[in-house]
Amino acid sequence: MSPLLTWTTWLPAAIVFSSLIPGLLIFLVKEEDCNRRTLLNMTGTLLTLLLVGVLIWGVFLGGVFETRVTIVPGLDLVLRADALSMLFVTLSSVLWLVTTIYAIGYLEHASNRSRFFGFFSLCVSATVGIALAGNLFTFLVFYEILTLATYPLVAHSGTSAATRGARIYLAYTIAGGIALLIGVVWLRTLTGPVDFVERGVLTDMPAALHPQLIAIFLLLLLGLGVKAALVPLHGWLPQSMVAPAPVSSLLHAVAVVKAGAFGILRVVYDVYGVEFASELGLLTILGAAASVTILYGSVMALRQDGLKKRLAYSTVSQVSYIALGASILGPIASIGGMVHLVHQGIMKITLFFCAGNYAETLGVHKVSEMDGVGRRMPWTTLAFTVGALGMIGIPPIAGFVSKWYLGLGAVEAGKDWVLLVLAASTLLNAGYFLPILYKAWFRPPPESWPHEHVFDSRFETLGALLWPPVITAVLCLIAGLFAASPFSPLEWATLIARREYGLIEFR
Amino acid sequence: MTSTSLLFLPVAVPLLGALLVTAFPRTSSILGVTAALASSAGGLWVTAQTWLHGDLGSVLGGWGLPLGIGLAADGLSAALLAMSSLVGLGISVYAIGYFAGSERCTHFWPLWLLLWASLNGVFLAADLFNLYVMLELLGLSAAALGALTGSREAIAANLRYLLVGLLGSITYLLAVALLYAGYGTLDIGLLSERLQPSPLAATALVLMIAGLALKAALFPMHFWLPPAHANAPAPVSAALSALVVKTAFYLILRLWLDLFPAIADAAAAFVLGALGAGAVLWGSWRALRAQRLKLLAAYSTVAQIGYLFLFLPLIQATPAGAARDDLIAACVLMAITHGFAKAGFFLAAGLVQQKAGHDRIDELGGAAQSMPATTFSIALAGAALIGLPPSGSFVSKWVMIGGAFTTGQWWWLIVIAAGTGLAAAYIFRVLGHAFGLEPTPRCFLTNARAELPAFLLAATSGVLLGLGAGPLWSLLGLSGGHA
Repeated sequence: MSPLLTWTTWLPAAIVFSSLIPGLLIFLVKEEDCNRRTLLNMTGTLLTLLLVGVLIWGVFLGGVFETRVTIVPGLDLVLRADALSMLFVTLSSVLWLVTTIYAIGYLEHASNRSRFFGFFSLCVSATVGIALAGNLFTFLVFYEILTLATYPLVAHSGTSAATRGARIYLAYTIAGGIALLIGVVWLRTLTGPVDFVERGVLTDMPAALHPQLIAIFLLLLLGLGVKAALVPLHGWLPQSMVAPAPVSSLLHAVAVVKAGAFGILRVVYDVYGVEFASELGLLTILGAAASVTILYGSVMALRQDGLKKRLAYSTVSQVSYIALGASILGPIASIGGMVHLVHQGIMKITLFFCAGNYAETLGVHKVSEMDGVGRRMPWTTLAFTVGALGMIGIPPIAGFVSKWYLGLGAVEAGKDWVLLVLAASTLLNAGYFLPILYKAWFRPPPESWPHEHVFDSRFETLGALLWPPVITAVLCLIAGLFAASPFSPLEWATLIARREYGLIEFR
Repeated sequence: MTSTSLLFLPVAVPLLGALLVTAFPRTSSILGVTAALASSAGGLWVTAQTWLHGDLGSVLGGWGLPLGIGLAADGLSAALLAMSSLVGLGISVYAIGYFAGSERCTHFWPLWLLLWASLNGVFLAADLFNLYVMLELLGLSAAALGALTGSREAIAANLRYLLVGLLGSITYLLAVALLYAGYGTLDIGLLSERLQPSPLAATALVLMIAGLALKAALFPMHFWLPPAHANAPAPVSAALSALVVKTAFYLILRLWLDLFPAIADAAAAFVLGALGAGAVLWGSWRALRAQRLKLLAAYSTVAQIGYLFLFLPLIQATPAGAARDDLIAACVLMAITHGFAKAGFFLAAGLVQQKAGHDRIDELGGAAQSMPATTFSIALAGAALIGLPPSGSFVSKWVMIGGAFTTGQWWWLIVIAAGTGLAAAYIFRVLGHAFGLEPTPRCFLTNARAELPAFLLAATSGVLLGLGAGPLWSLLGLSGGHA
């Protein structure tokens, strides 16, 4: 047996442990011991990134990476690297690195940092577990662990608003979790133990079971829709805006919302199979829910003055592009949905980093206070501009690519009404982002900022706060400009779509 | 065979320890914890022997089977024996610190070791009369332990506990007498071969189950449990809630599976399941409304016992085979997980109570936040009580939900879903107070000797029993695979 065969069985588990173990150790670090905590944090993030790099390389070489542990007879915990999981795992590990740097800067003098970074790392372990999950049981295990690990982060600041936000978050996610659990077990009583398989596993189910399969899909959608913030299950998301900025970034771009959207992709493509789901009429339901969410989120975003609240409703809207892409039967739209998983992540995290910078440096929390911030903080505002324009869908930023593929795919599939949704949403996006950009760049700054904090730094703000949004903004540009180059998110999404539709022979 | 003749160790060692501790009260802590270590080792040894060699049996007193004191260990007893050994050890280590410098120490150890001996006795007894003796011994030592604080509420609650326990045992004894009159033997193995469906057997079944259900605090016969468990000292509450209540359920399960399969029918199972459903809903609701942490934990026990009874109609409706094996194993897993979780929860609650000087949930914020490891224990144990992954009860609930679908008894799903939601609400009502604005604790562990046992028990329930549940299936001799 060559060494390759053994390391392929432990690498997926090692990726989960590479953030889990440093995370658990961080809990033990004394509060004032910043250096040791930072060391553990950075070791965890860099190790994870390194292992993910090895994994991508291994998958590229054609290796099959799978860790399988039998929990009880017939119930396997499976971690496996396939094309879709690589997309999510790469996104979360890269964004974890920048968010960790950002959080270290953001929480420099805050209290309870060991607790914070401990749960922060647990969150990433859970997200990576979700990404690599090879069957619904494993997915569910990590999905629930993610709920538990994010609760302390939302409640972190300890104010009554934070406690309330966390309680609402938990009520939604636990209820969703129960629906998901029942749905998953129900499905399993019909299918027996099955793993995720490209093009789905249910195609051969007898027609008598189809009504049950539809009911199960609705239960799963209910469970996943809570985290993916599908209207009307989105109520927790604006409430949990009370969390510190790095947590908001994590919730919106990397972990929670993405876990829900990713779950929807898994269920549509690798459990039901997109063609079978279409046959059962499930894609119509999903498409309707996604469209309503896209429009509702955008309209609500327009009405918010709080910057983070506006971004939160924007997330509600933008994440549903992923579900929208999955709801259209056709490879091009699927590419658009899947690539948006990455694109929305890097754009939204940039915006949240910037919002955090405004709040930390100037005390600016509201859109109405943002006059002239571009002059005071040009780099942050530049990054914000890139993110915002990307969200609207202006070329050459990443968001344009997603919208282009979604639109093209809708036309190809003959679903022209999707274009209307996209057009309306783009107008609304412009409606709530362009005024911010106008204020920031063209209005004169006020006499004094609400609560200015001068850092001992060469830059407009602390370096650890400035670099992360600049880096992610550059990533947004690269993902858009070099969309056609190998290993870009688009190329990878194209590869997945080909496999899901069986368009090529693959290894 | 040495392995079978040493089957009495898990009973004899704590009993001997109890005698020694009574004889030398000055050194009760050291003697007590030594005895606890030895008892734990004895219990685990028997579990290991059962794991290696399968079912064991032995007869004490030199008489043949129908007359001697028969002891037997199969997978089911071995699994519960392992639970009582590990949980008992955790409680003992914790008790040294908890009772340090208190004269209650000298009363605690003899009673606790006696309780432990009778607990193991119930798990190992092979005939119905020995079971009665062990149950009676267990009830007496449990009520005495529960009244250890000497407060008025504790004494009143435990007097009631004692009387209820006696009523339960007498009802059980009545059934034993009926069976002996009808079939002339009390050995479970022999009796199950002879038992025929008849009014006598049916009466015996009803009486036995009713007596034991009273002892197991099955809704609506749970009224005695919350005050008794909530007013005892923390290590005692842990023992009562985690271990003592389980013995009654263990017996119901054993009688159901081994003694009465010919008589127990779907209607009986449904009644027990419905009472279990009532327990889940009512217990969880009362836990949510409880003002005190230990009362919350006690009501949570009522609810968790309910889940165990929900398994009975599912097991009854499933034909022998992989699916039924899975249900039985999942039921045992749930009982064991609850044992570890509730022990960890009560021990942690005791630490919070000592720190804060009270256990009123709404005012616990500061104390909870200043002890991260203890709050973590409550969270881990809480995850197991809710049934969140990766706890053992998550795996159990998974199997249970699957069983409900396969047997078409979908109405239990509503109970499971509501119970899970309520459990999450009452656990996070406590945890929500741990994220206040109080000053940051310096480090994770503040008092290792007291915090570690609670933490290890809670972590076992919340993580290990879920991820490492597989061996339980082999220990029980069940193949399963339908989960």
